[in-house]
Amino acid sequence: MLRDITLGQYYPADSVLHKLDPRVKLMGALVYIVSLFTFRDAVGFAAATVFLICIIRISKVPFSYMVKGLKAIVVLMIITALFNLFLTPGKQVLVTYGILTITMEGVKNAVFMLVRLIYLIVGTSIMTLTTTPNQLTDGLEKALMPLSKIRVPVHSIAMIMSIALRFIPILIEETDIIMKAQMARGADFESGNLIRRVKAMVPLLVPLFVSAFRRADDLAMAMEARCYVGGRGRTKMKPLRYQKEDYQAYLILAGYLGVMIAWRVFGARIWGLKLGA
Amino acid sequence: MSIILDKVSYVYSEGTAYESWALKNVSLKIEDGQFIGIIGHTGSGKSTLIQHLNGLLKASSGGIYFNGRDIYEEDYDLRELRTKVGLVFQYPEHQLFETTIFDDVCFGPMNQGLSKNEAGLRAFEALRSVGLPESLYYQSPFDLSGGQKRRVAIAGVLAMKPEVLILDEPTAGLDPKGRDEILDLVSNMHREREMAVLLVSHSMEDVANYVQRIIVMNDGSVMYDGTPGEVFLHYKELEAVGLAAPQVTYLMHELKEQGLPVDCGVTTVEEARNSILKIFR
Ligand SMILES: Nc1ncnc2c1ncn2[C@@H]1O[C@H](COP(=O)(O)OP(=O)(O)O)[C@@H](O)[C@H]1O
Ligand SMILES: [Mg+2]
Repeated sequence: MLRDITLGQYYPADSVLHKLDPRVKLMGALVYIVSLFTFRDAVGFAAATVFLICIIRISKVPFSYMVKGLKAIVVLMIITALFNLFLTPGKQVLVTYGILTITMEGVKNAVFMLVRLIYLIVGTSIMTLTTTPNQLTDGLEKALMPLSKIRVPVHSIAMIMSIALRFIPILIEETDIIMKAQMARGADFESGNLIRRVKAMVPLLVPLFVSAFRRADDLAMAMEARCYVGGRGRTKMKPLRYQKEDYQAYLILAGYLGVMIAWRVFGARIWGLKLGA
Repeated sequence: MSIILDKVSYVYSEGTAYESWALKNVSLKIEDGQFIGIIGHTGSGKSTLIQHLNGLLKASSGGIYFNGRDIYEEDYDLRELRTKVGLVFQYPEHQLFETTIFDDVCFGPMNQGLSKNEAGLRAFEALRSVGLPESLYYQSPFDLSGGQKRRVAIAGVLAMKPEVLILDEPTAGLDPKGRDEILDLVSNMHREREMAVLLVSHSMEDVANYVQRIIVMNDGSVMYDGTPGEVFLHYKELEAVGLAAPQVTYLMHELKEQGLPVDCGVTTVEEARNSILKIFR
């Protein structure tokens, strides 16, 4: 039932991508997102596509898992595409219907925006699929550490994040059990009008809150019993250290971003030259 | 009353990377008035099995028949089934939610569609039979001790007057006194109300003294199914899968090896004593 919802959705597999330092993957996702907004033509689009396909192959995660993330934003995608389609002004008018006009530029914008959105979701879900939530927060903590110089509580934020992530599956499981237990006493969560349904949630929500507070209390106690006093002077059992592969990955990323930017800046000129010749 | 399981299998998270077979081809028949113990180590599929008996989980394959009717038929009323097969979850005290104990116990009967009066009567009766002092009935369930909360939760299921009572590890986390109280309570219930009782546990010691039949689960399958005497004869195999027979079983086997002609099929201290005394008479 509820357990089938995957949050953080890590997919265990044995791939180079899984073994990379989380900081590299965070940076990689960022680089890829930036690159998506650099291309203006078919060549840049092709390059981003090839890069994405290579990464998907390397990750060894079934393609169906990445598509799952897309389902959640179908509505957003449709709205974005429609806005671009109808609201882009342009010279080449294709269709006019009442106040609605579709221009050539509008079609182009809509297609590119759609592609960008899809690539963005797929690209970032590769990061979450190949990195456990804990690795991700570790990576984030280390990458943002310089900010603690200006009094940003980086460690606390990372700790809050990892505890929250840790509790999500526990609370989902707890919800599942309480729901079943109340159903065993004849509770009905599925039928009736809105008011009845909201009322039916009480036997679920009260025990859930009680249990969440109890767990939070226990955890705080357990942390204090082990002398947790926050991030000051705290070291890691498994500190993140860059390996050879991580540097190689950074090089590849830099190369990719460089090419994409270069094409954006000089591409039109080369394109033009070829056409002229 | 009878429940028949026909080659029931269940897979959690089917079709994902986390797929796991929790039940494999389980076939069982549970008859009226039996007192059955289901044992197996943690993760052997006990909880999964009992959630099938009242239709909370739907078997991935296989069929379940309650009083001769297939519970997976389109028009079968699962909510009614759940009032006939009362299921007390593990740590049931975590499901209390009402402002008073009495109201909480009324929740089940009210869901059955009974009137307020009738539900109240049922709640009264159920609370009395779990032995909760009357002075507590109108207090908040959250102020009780762990053992008391658990009794209230059991009363919440009893108030629906089920034909079968299933308890998932009702003694988990209780001290020895609390454990004996709950087990005695369940045993009395079986005797007085003549309902079938299924007691899930991972401790042989718990069930040996009370039940007439033991079902041993291992890795999602039924490993043994028989009277305690029959099952404990396999104490070596039970040990191999991480379970232990009651202390008396070991004692009797030891005595037999030393040459005393005792009966190795006894399961309780009382029976063991009689068997030993008989030799010296
Ligand atoms: N909600 C669930 N989702 C996925 N797997 C589960 C779930 N509940 C139990 N399992 C798995 O099914 C198997 C049987 O579990 P369970 O029936 O709870 O055993 P027991 O009650 O005997 O300890 C275990 O391997 C467990 O990890
Ligand atoms: Mg269990």
